[in-house]
This record gives sequence, structure tokens and C-alpha cells, in this order.
Amino acid sequence: MKDQYRLIEFNLNGKDVACMVDCRASLTDMLRNDFRLTSVKKGCEVGECGACNVIIDGECYNSCIYLAVWVRGKHVRTLEGLMGPNGELSDIQQAFIDETAVQCGFCTPGFIMSAVEILESGKLYTRDELRKLLSGHLCRCTGYENILNAVEKTMKKRLGITE
Amino acid sequence: MYDMKELYEAFSVQEAIELRLAHPEAQIIAGGSDVLVQMREGKRAGKELISIYLIDELRGVSLDENEAIRIGSLTSFSHITRDPIIQKYINVLGEAVDLVGGPQIRNIGTIGGNTCNGVTSADSASTLHAWEAIIELTGPSGKRLVPIKDFYIKASTVDIREGEIQTAILIPKESYENTWGSYSKYAMRNAMDIATTGCSVNVRLSPDKQTFDRVRIAYGVAGPVPMRAPSAEALIQGKALTIENAEAFSLEVLKDINPRDSWRAPKAFRQHIAVEMAKRCLIEATKRCGGVIN
Repeated sequence: MKDQYRLIEFNLNGKDVACMVDCRASLTDMLRNDFRLTSVKKGCEVGECGACNVIIDGECYNSCIYLAVWVRGKHVRTLEGLMGPNGELSDIQQAFIDETAVQCGFCTPGFIMSAVEILESGKLYTRDELRKLLSGHLCRCTGYENILNAVEKTMKKRLGITE
Repeated sequence: MYDMKELYEAFSVQEAIELRLAHPEAQIIAGGSDVLVQMREGKRAGKELISIYLIDELRGVSLDENEAIRIGSLTSFSHITRDPIIQKYINVLGEAVDLVGGPQIRNIGTIGGNTCNGVTSADSASTLHAWEAIIELTGPSGKRLVPIKDFYIKASTVDIREGEIQTAILIPKESYENTWGSYSKYAMRNAMDIATTGCSVNVRLSPDKQTFDRVRIAYGVAGPVPMRAPSAEALIQGKALTIENAEAFSLEVLKDINPRDSWRAPKAFRQHIAVEMAKRCLIEATKRCGGVIN
């Protein structure tokens, strides 16, 4: 294969970065192996489970079925990018803890990144709409209810709605 | 890592055509939600790929000089659903593609890829057949327009010739004017599932809203490629808005469709739901036209 490694420049969690990446790599491969961002999980690797979900230019994508070279010039966000300046958790992460929305934790980063896209839309969604917006993720532990609770509570809190 | 032999990247339509001519054996990859999955499974392993995903000129929905709706082939499902032109003129297409996979798949999946892979279950395909979409292909000798029914040759085979890529999908004004549609997908799960059967109906009523002026119906997974049901369409044309006519229409589809037994569902079940879907979609589309079925 000629020019197997290609130089790509993009913005990762707010920082401009450059990387010589193998053109056969998925975005999951690059984020985990070259940037050590291990919140990006390898689950099914065929775009079904949502464990590798990241935000690219404001929209969620399963990074396992996204070629690493495609992020040229784009803004990529992973769960690590949610961390506050002194290592604080974000409100949605804290809500997952408070609502016991985490058991084994493997699906959690992917779910939280979808939740971030939902929360940043600034819209108020119904429970059914949230269910659909989160339907690209599999969780084998929680039964989903606590995850929905965590997202719904954070959404209402950010919108200043008290129950 | 993907087991690919080579990755060629195109950043413009012209580059894509040149790469297609230089590497005729290579597989085109748009969003990759089929191609990369098949490569992972081993089906397309070891192949050369031509990536067209970064050709931004192929994104977006617009009205062209003839007021045809022009959907760039790389427009993602989620962008189609949210697009104001789609919502105004052909909302049913936005609703149909909002049932593909899950949210992340709808962000990566493109309408061009959904049609070019030639599968019968594609959620966009039945609606595009029912609205008589025109496929625009661009190749070394310029643009070529193909009606969607001729674009599908057989299962997994579409009419893309040497050096060509699909660049847009067009819905002519004559097709969408005063017309409303409804789509129904039957699957085992509400998300991340492939249609057992999909049905798309659109209706144009007479000006007095008393008779069916034009009804078009198309199915996914009722045969090897998406298909219309011409007998049913002919039967209801010019008829009054009655429940008896709606039922006769829905039963007539059995003359046209040819579903098969598969692990997803037996033929008899597909025939049963195809009839029910035709009726429900017809009633809903009529309602959206402002008509009342008695």
C-alpha cells in the first residue's frame, strides 16, 4: 500500500492536533491507540452498540465505523473533553452516578456523549423523544430506566424546570 | 484496523471520476455504514476503497431551476429529516429515513449509499420509488439521469457505469405538487432494525377532495428490489374516498408484490402485513391531503 500513513490535522477536545495515521484505522483505533482516549470503547465494532460514540462537529457518530482520515479539519469530542479545569465531573456525569445509571460502565461514555448532544440542543424533549434519541446504545445492565432518568433530570435542570 | 488493500480519497466529483476510471475494481465508500461493516465481516475484505465522503459539494437539499427537489447524494438521513424543503414538500421521506438504524447511524448514513447498495429493505428506497425519483449520475462524459425504477437492476446491483458516481436524487415538481405521503415500517424492534417490510403511499386528491386523482404505492422487501404496485394504483385511480375502495386497493397489492420466506419472516406474514400497511398508509396520506375516507 502506498502512502499508508497520512498526516491529518483536526481539533480534539478543544486542542488542535496533528497525527500520522494509518489510513486503515477507524476513528476508534486512532483515539484509543494514538491519543490514549480510552473512554472510546470497542464494543461491537459494527456500529450497533454505541459504546464508541463521539461527537464530530456537533453530531454523534459511532467512531468504529468512521475512518480516522475523515476527521481532517473537524472538531472531535470524547468523554475526556467533559472534564472541568480541576478534574471535576460534568453535571451529566454526576447525574449518571446519582441516578445509578452506571453498573458495569462499558456503555456509559457513549451514552453520555449522546446525552451531551441532546442537552446542548437546549430543547425540552418528552420521555419518548429521549428514548428515541438514546436508542443507538445498548446497555446490558441497567434496563435503561435510570439512564433515561439521569438525562431527563439534567435536561430539566439545565432548562431551569423544577419538578 | 480495516482489512483494506488501498484507500483512495476524493475531495471533488472530478477527482472521484478520475479515481473510478483509474481503479475500476475499487468499491466506492460514502458514509461506510454498510461497506465498513461488510469489510469487518470479511465480505469485502482486502478490497480497494474510493472514499467520496469528504466531497462536501454533494451535501444538502435545494430546489433546482425546474423546482425539482435536489438532494445531494451525501446528505445524511438526519439532515434530510431536519431539512425545511423536505419538511415542506416531501415530509414522508424525512419520516422514512428517520426510521433507519439509530441516531448515530442516521448521522453517518447517506441517501446515496442507501440507494447505491441496491438492497430492497432500504428505508428511503420505497418512498423514492413511490415519488418517481430521478437518479443523477456524473461520469467522464457528464451527467446522466435515470428513473429510480431503472436504476435498480437486481438485488445489490444498480446502474452505475464505468467512471460514474451518484451525485444527486431529484424529485420532479409534477411528482410532489399537491401530494402527501405516509410511510410504514414493520420491524421487530423500534430502533437498530431492518424492515421486515416497508410501505410508502402518496396521494393527490381531486380539487374537490372527493376522489383519488393519483395514488402511488411502493414497497421494500416485497421482492428482490424495491417495487411499485401498479395494479393497486390503477384500481383506485378516480375512485371515491370510501373505506371499501381503500380495502380493495390494499388487497390488490397482492397481484403485484412477490415477497419471500426468510429468517426474518415467512412470505404469508409479509403478504398479510403488506395489505394492512397499504390500507393504513392510504388512509393516513389521504388525511394529510385534507380528505376524509368514509
